Parts: sequence; structure tokens; C-alpha cells
Amino acid sequence: MTQLVWNGLFVGSFYALIALGYSMVYGIIKLLNFAHGDLYMLGAFIGYAMLSSVGIIPASMSITALLIVLLLTMIISGGIGVGIERLAYRPLRGSPRLAVLITAVGASFTLEYGVSAIAGPNPRVFPVRLQGQTFDVLGARVSAPQIVLMVIAVLLMLSLNSYIQRTSMGRAMRAIALDPKGSLLMGINVNKVITWTFFIGSALAGAAGVMAGAYYGKIDFLMGFIIGLKAFTAAVIGGIGNIKGAMLGGLLLGLLEAFGSQWLGGEWRDVFTFAVLIAFLTLKPTGLLGERVTERV
Amino acid sequence: MSENIDSSTAPRLIGKPASVVSRLFESKQLGWAGFAIAVIFPFLVANNYAMNIATTAVIFILLASGLNIVVGYCGLLDLGYIAFMAVGAYTAGIVSKAWELPILFTIPAVLLMTVLAGLIIGAPTLRLRSDYLAIVTLGFGEIIRLTANNLTITGGPSGIYGIPGVELFGLDLSSPVMFYFFCVVVVSLLVLGSARLGKSRLGRAWRFVREDEDAAEAMGIHTYKVKLAAYIFGAMWGGMGGMLFAAHLSAISPQSFVFLQSALVLMAVVLGGMGNTRGVVVGAVVISLLPEFLRDMGNLRYVIFGVVLIAVMVLRPQGFWPARAYEPEKGEPNKHGPDMDDGGSGPGAHGRKRSRREHKKVTTSGQESFGRETSSQERGENA
Repeated sequence: MTQLVWNGLFVGSFYALIALGYSMVYGIIKLLNFAHGDLYMLGAFIGYAMLSSVGIIPASMSITALLIVLLLTMIISGGIGVGIERLAYRPLRGSPRLAVLITAVGASFTLEYGVSAIAGPNPRVFPVRLQGQTFDVLGARVSAPQIVLMVIAVLLMLSLNSYIQRTSMGRAMRAIALDPKGSLLMGINVNKVITWTFFIGSALAGAAGVMAGAYYGKIDFLMGFIIGLKAFTAAVIGGIGNIKGAMLGGLLLGLLEAFGSQWLGGEWRDVFTFAVLIAFLTLKPTGLLGERVTERV
Repeated sequence: MSENIDSSTAPRLIGKPASVVSRLFESKQLGWAGFAIAVIFPFLVANNYAMNIATTAVIFILLASGLNIVVGYCGLLDLGYIAFMAVGAYTAGIVSKAWELPILFTIPAVLLMTVLAGLIIGAPTLRLRSDYLAIVTLGFGEIIRLTANNLTITGGPSGIYGIPGVELFGLDLSSPVMFYFFCVVVVSLLVLGSARLGKSRLGRAWRFVREDEDAAEAMGIHTYKVKLAAYIFGAMWGGMGGMLFAAHLSAISPQSFVFLQSALVLMAVVLGGMGNTRGVVVGAVVISLLPEFLRDMGNLRYVIFGVVLIAVMVLRPQGFWPARAYEPEKGEPNKHGPDMDDGGSGPGAHGRKRSRREHKKVTTSGQESFGRETSSQERGENA
């Protein structure tokens, strides 16, 4: 029981990290960035490329090396996210929603098969594999790497939250989410803020990718597809566009999944998750923390 | 088909009054010409490989024309379209194997199951914003694939094999060439059906919903019902495609229904020109044949597809051969070239925000008011 809760929270913190990017972008420009899950995949591959170019890393150094790689990966994947926004989404700002959605699908497709063309379609084994002793906490087996990764995830989320609440850039983001035209008139550089949003969201996804690679040990070019869907589910559960909602939704989805797969069997885990998504959209499309949005004509 | 592909730039010429090319492109005989090419093809190349690819392409045309109903006419993005094909294929396979029925007798079951699937996924989500529908359909595609992978009745990961070929009035149509002809006939009828649907009263309602849902609602169109109808029609077309697919390969497995396939069907619709059946057919032929020619490139060909998809959306959102939103008045011959440039507006360009580029296009064609014109027309017809 506690084991299930712990596993759920651990997986959920990954979902939350990715859901944050989804939710931020959606909150600000109302775009479902399908390529977001693929930035997670890209993060894993960037981390892989960096770690394997370094060569053999002694086990004692693996955490330090991983942290450095994590930071670099966040910068690179953030940059790629910004590039996608510049090339694919910005020219279409203000076009019909269908066109933007299709572009997002194209971006996702390009990233997936671009990586598969460069790195090959077969799964790769991550060079650093986090291992450590396990503890017994209230009857649940908790391993040291799990704790480390979860601490990193929580730190990232907390710093993002205070960034959005405390800094002027964060305030600008919230303003644009409320009213883009009004914020433009009030002197906010909307394009710059959107660029930053993409950078932060993509960086978080990239970080999650490296962490997942280091923990699970195996990466492949389609790994972002399912996780992107799940992150979206998490964002919807929490209320899309809501930062705290995305964190809550991620953790909740992790828990739901842990119990669901215990109950139905592991092979039904993903089916269960998407059923949760559909159920949520039917019963409470605004999510737990979201507000009802009335469409203005 | 080559002349069709080459002239994909034709809509650019349409600004001038009725040029030869544009008249050619709007000619009523074009459908027959396509049909004739499809029928003649086996007499030119009749080896098994070519027949196999051609049959696949024909089934792909059916899928694209079905998705065109959902995406092209109604403007709803469906990213899990292949799920309906999977439902159709599995229903056909399971029913025909379990009761040892000829595969054509499974059609009622296939249609029933796909309509059910369409209702299950469409009913809860079509009330929401269209973005949600897109991602829910994505999830639905995965649900269907994973379910097929996990259940025993669907044969698990290895799928179902030994599905019987097509038999009609005691005639065995399972040889490659005969099956190809069978597919051409069935698909032509269904493609014609979808084109007709697009011109019907329901089709006009679909396009109105696509252009401006709020206005449509205000004009008395029950947008939810109309969208659900589009979704269900799309599902039935997909299911028929699945049945043909099962009969063609005689074996199906979950690997045939991955997201990549959904994305390829979507590309055919988008690149061909959303809402225009002819464009979609050409798009489907190109998308299904191109990977065969680019086989040496491996996965790079899909990268190219992705980049082209983005580029088309940015530079030419209406696709290469767009639909005309303009409908000639009764009794008035189609003289206005400029109207056809409506293409500027694939789905939704009359929407609240018309982009600068599209606006420019409209004004250069000297027809500033056509947005209003079309909608007033629709208003008259739907009132």
C-alpha cells in the first residue's frame, strides 16, 4: 500500500514536470504543444549523447556528472523549444486553431523521426544508471536514486512556482495568460515572454527526460509520445493552464496509475490512464483547480 | 495521375478569370478520369508487388476521404483516425473467423462497431473545445491499439490471421488483381459518397461549423449533432477501410495501427487540401506511394513529411489543392474566377482572426466582401 503510494508519487513527479510545460504554454498562448512530449525524449537523447561522449564515469561521480548534464540539457532543450516556437508556431499566431494544431503535430513528427534518423530506431542504453541502496520507509522500499530524483523534481517545481509568483517575468506571463492584448498595451514584450515560456517549459521537459533516462536506463525515439499524452492528462486533471494544478495533477495521475495497474494489471495501465482522461473531460473538463472559461466572441 | 500531381500549383492561377487549367481542374469529368486511370493501371503493370502497393494506396484513399469528412469538412482534428480502421479490421476479422462468414457479410457488424466507437469517443468530447478532441482522439487511438494488444479475442500482439478474402456471388475475388478491382469500385463509390455528403445540406452545415461555430449555433444549427454526424461518418469510412485492409492482408496485428498511420492519413488530407475530395485523393496517392519510392532513406522520409507539414501550414494552410467555399447560385454559371481563391481560407479562415496574408490574398483578388457573401449564402440556405 505505502509502496504503491510511493511509486505513484515518484512517477507522478515526472508527469508533473512535463505537465508544467504543457500547462504553461497552454495557459499563455492557448496552444496544445504536441511536440512537448518529444522534447522530453530529446532531453533524454541529449543527455545520452553528452554522457557517452565523456566516456566512462566512475560510480562515485555519477550524481555530479548527472547534475551537470541535467543543467546543460535543460539549456539545450530549452533552446530547441524556443526554436520550434520561432519557426513553427509564431508565424501562425492568430491563424485558425486547426492549422496550429496540425503544425504542432508536424513538429512532433519531425522531432521523433529526426532523432530516429540520427540515433537509429533501436532503443539505446543510458550510460549512467543510478543505483543505490534501498531504505524501508513505512513498509515501502525506497531507493536512494528515487529520493535524489524526486528532490530534483520538487526543487525544479518549487523554483518555477516562485519564479512565476515573484519575478516580473512571471507576472508578465500571468498577465498575458489573462489578456494578451491588454498586456501588449501595457508595455509587456509579449513575444519575449512567450519565448521564455517555451524555454522554461522545454527545459523542464528536457530535465525530466534526462532523469527518466538515468533511472530507467533505456531510451528510444518514441518514448515521448505516451508520456506527452499522460502529461496532458495530468494537466487536464489539475486544470489546464494552471501551474499548481499541473503539479497536483501529475502526482494524482501517478497515484491513480499505480493503483489502477495494481487493480487491473500492468498491461492495462495506459488504457486506464486515457480512460481517466476521457472521464475527466466528460465530467469535469475544467479540472480540479481550473476555472470555468467563458469563450468571448 | 501524374498530371494531377504536377498541377498542384493550379490554384495560384485561379485569380484570373477561368483559365484553361482552372477549368480543367473544376471539370466534372476529372473523377471519371481518376477512376479510369485506376482501372487501367493493372493492365499496364500487373505484377504482385505493384498490385499490392496499388491496393494499399486505394485503401488509403478511402481512409483519407473518411478523415476529410471530419477534418476537412467539419474542421475537427482527429489524431487517432486509424483506431476506427482498427475497429473495422478487427470486427471483420473476428466475426468472419468466428462464424466462418464471408467477409462481406461482416459489413453490418463493422459499421455497427465503428458507429459505436465514434459515439463513445465523440459524444463526451465534441461538446468541448476542438483541442481537447484532438488529444482525446490521440489517446483513443492508443487505447484501441493497446486493447487489441492485450485481449485474447483479438489474438494479442500476434493479431488475427487467416482472414478470408472477398467472395461475391460465388465469384472468388481474392486474387490480387481481382481484389484490386473490387477495392477500386468500393472505394470510388465511398469517395463519391463523401464528396456528395460535402455538398449536401449536412455538408454545408459542416462547413459553417468549421468557419464559425458560434455563428452556426446562432443560425440555428445544432452544432453538437452536426459534429457528431461528421465524426460518425468518418468512423464508418474508416471502418470500411479496415475491413478492406483485413481482407487484403488476411492478417492484422496491433502494429498496423500505430500513431504513425494516423499521422500519415492526416498528412494526406492536409497536404491535398482540406475539404476538397479531389485534392485529398491526390494527396492520399502521393503520401501512400512516396514512402515506396523513398525506401532507401529510412526514417528520414518521415522527417521530410513532418517538415513539409509545418511548411504547408505556415506558407499555404489551405493545402495544395484547396476546396472552394464558393457555391454558384442556381442558374448562374460559374464565371467568377476570384471566388475560388477562397482557398486562402482552408478551415476556419473566415474565423474571427483572419491572418494578414490571407486578407491580402482576398483583397488582391478584388473580392473583399466574399467572406460576408458566403456566410450570407449559408444563412439563406440553413435558415
